[in-house]
Amino acid sequence: MFEIRFHGRGGQGAVTGANIFAIAASYDGYKSQAFPFFGVERRGAPVTAYARISEGPIEIRSFIYNPDAVVVLDPSLLDAVNVLEGLKENGYVLINTTKKPDELGISGYRLATVDASAIAVRHGLGTPQAPIVNTAILGALVRFVDMVKLESLLRAIREHAPAKKEENAKAAEEAYGEVRIW
Amino acid sequence: MVVMTLEGNEAAAWGARLARPDVIAAYPITPSTHIPERLSEWIADGIMDSEMILTESEHSALSACVGASATGARVFTATASQGLALMHEILHIASGMRLPIVMAIGNRALSAPINIWCDHQDMMSQRDTGWMQFFAESNQEALDLILIAYKVAEDRRVLLPAMVGLDAFTLTHTFEQVDVPEQEEVDRYLPKYRPVHAFLDPERPITQGPLGTPQHYMEFKYAQYEAMNRAKGVIVEAMEEFGRAFGREYAPLVPFSPGGEIVLVTMGSMSGTARVFVRGARQEGESVSHVKVVAFRPFYHSKLAELLAGAKVVAVVERAFSYGSVGPLAQDVAYAMHRYGIKAKLANFIVGLGGRDVTLRDFSEVLETSKRILKGEEDPGVFWLNVAKEEVLKAEEVIWNA
Repeated sequence: MFEIRFHGRGGQGAVTGANIFAIAASYDGYKSQAFPFFGVERRGAPVTAYARISEGPIEIRSFIYNPDAVVVLDPSLLDAVNVLEGLKENGYVLINTTKKPDELGISGYRLATVDASAIAVRHGLGTPQAPIVNTAILGALVRFVDMVKLESLLRAIREHAPAKKEENAKAAEEAYGEVRIW
Repeated sequence: MVVMTLEGNEAAAWGARLARPDVIAAYPITPSTHIPERLSEWIADGIMDSEMILTESEHSALSACVGASATGARVFTATASQGLALMHEILHIASGMRLPIVMAIGNRALSAPINIWCDHQDMMSQRDTGWMQFFAESNQEALDLILIAYKVAEDRRVLLPAMVGLDAFTLTHTFEQVDVPEQEEVDRYLPKYRPVHAFLDPERPITQGPLGTPQHYMEFKYAQYEAMNRAKGVIVEAMEEFGRAFGREYAPLVPFSPGGEIVLVTMGSMSGTARVFVRGARQEGESVSHVKVVAFRPFYHSKLAELLAGAKVVAVVERAFSYGSVGPLAQDVAYAMHRYGIKAKLANFIVGLGGRDVTLRDFSEVLETSKRILKGEEDPGVFWLNVAKEEVLKAEEVIWNA
């Protein structure tokens, strides 16, 4: 069982991202589960979504308290919430940022960064002020955590992205190439 | 059969779609809104051939369902929480008129305080309305139980409405893999509804839902009592036939890792978490078992007693309460134990109200408390888990001292 927690802000697509990741994982033969923590939904408010993937059936239904990976869609969340809370030792941390590890002050975990905002903007996803980064960050995630194939992710995006399917697929592909694994 | 990754609402919508209802009447409410939404899309796209009636309230939605079902149509609706509460008086009318309506419920807490998240109080508050009640553990079960519910509801030995509960967000908004059966397979399992008692035919005019005077009322109610008793057998038949047709096994009560001194009893989505807990606890040498209740109405008292034979503590873990008494599930378990001579102690654990997460740690506390009860170190009774009791006390002191 591999468990992921996504941190985003309302409007960035964290919930849809977790869902698309679960669909992509199913194409590679995994069982998967994706679910949001629905607070009071407001654009810009912190949002948490979860995904589990497993080779066998997934029976557990509680939230994820000790994730194997955390994915941060908005770098400003690093000052607002403890995104590392409960993260397993040597767990994966993927952040949408242009900063370097020493600037982020994160150590003791496997770290990767990608400028998902710039990639999303280049592909016309959202606006420069509020880019929709979920598909770009998923492209980086499947490279960083080598479980789900890029092809499966692209298929899931093309089939299930709510809009701009091809642009979203291109953004994911680009982030797959650009992610920096430190 | 096609495997899709679907949220619970969409799985429930698939269940409804495959049942080919003639009429759907609905009013949207969180967390079940996506069910009528998706059905509306399918109807608009010409994929489904159903009449969709969008009403101005849930009271009207179920009223429309009653009217449609009384003409002999197959009818579906979905709601949750306050919406189900608003349907209350019509629920009795649907069951009293013996209309085999099937309804999906996104199990959600009731106000106040206002809360959109999961518990079972909405369906428990409608326990005595004469509807059959099923609780799904997974999105697959949500889809499958809707088909099973129609099969039983429309059976001439039963003719009662049924509700299928799927937990708010934990299922309604969770994506996971669902085997979606082929339409032809479902058509074989669930042929077209042939009404025998409630229909609209100008050549054969009938009166439905008339006055029932003291001379007749009780016979109508006794007929409902008998029908619900017969439903126990029909549900088992329908589940077995479902297993043969689709390869997925169902039962009204599902035991796991039997033979333990302590038996956990749960309903709905927390049942999966309970099994994960029991598996782990067994590996650590704990004597603990689990029973999942799928059919709450009718309740299988004698079968449950069989599954509890040899238990020393029965721990009923539930997401609803009857204030001034004990939890509704515990009430039925207590009756089953008393009626069929199960001598175990009964403890009632209240968890997960208003969407509070139900975790492995909660089940660990259930087990530890049950072990103390077993050793005689603690009296059995009602235990509210994972509650900040000191906060409640502080607030009450403010009121008392005012």
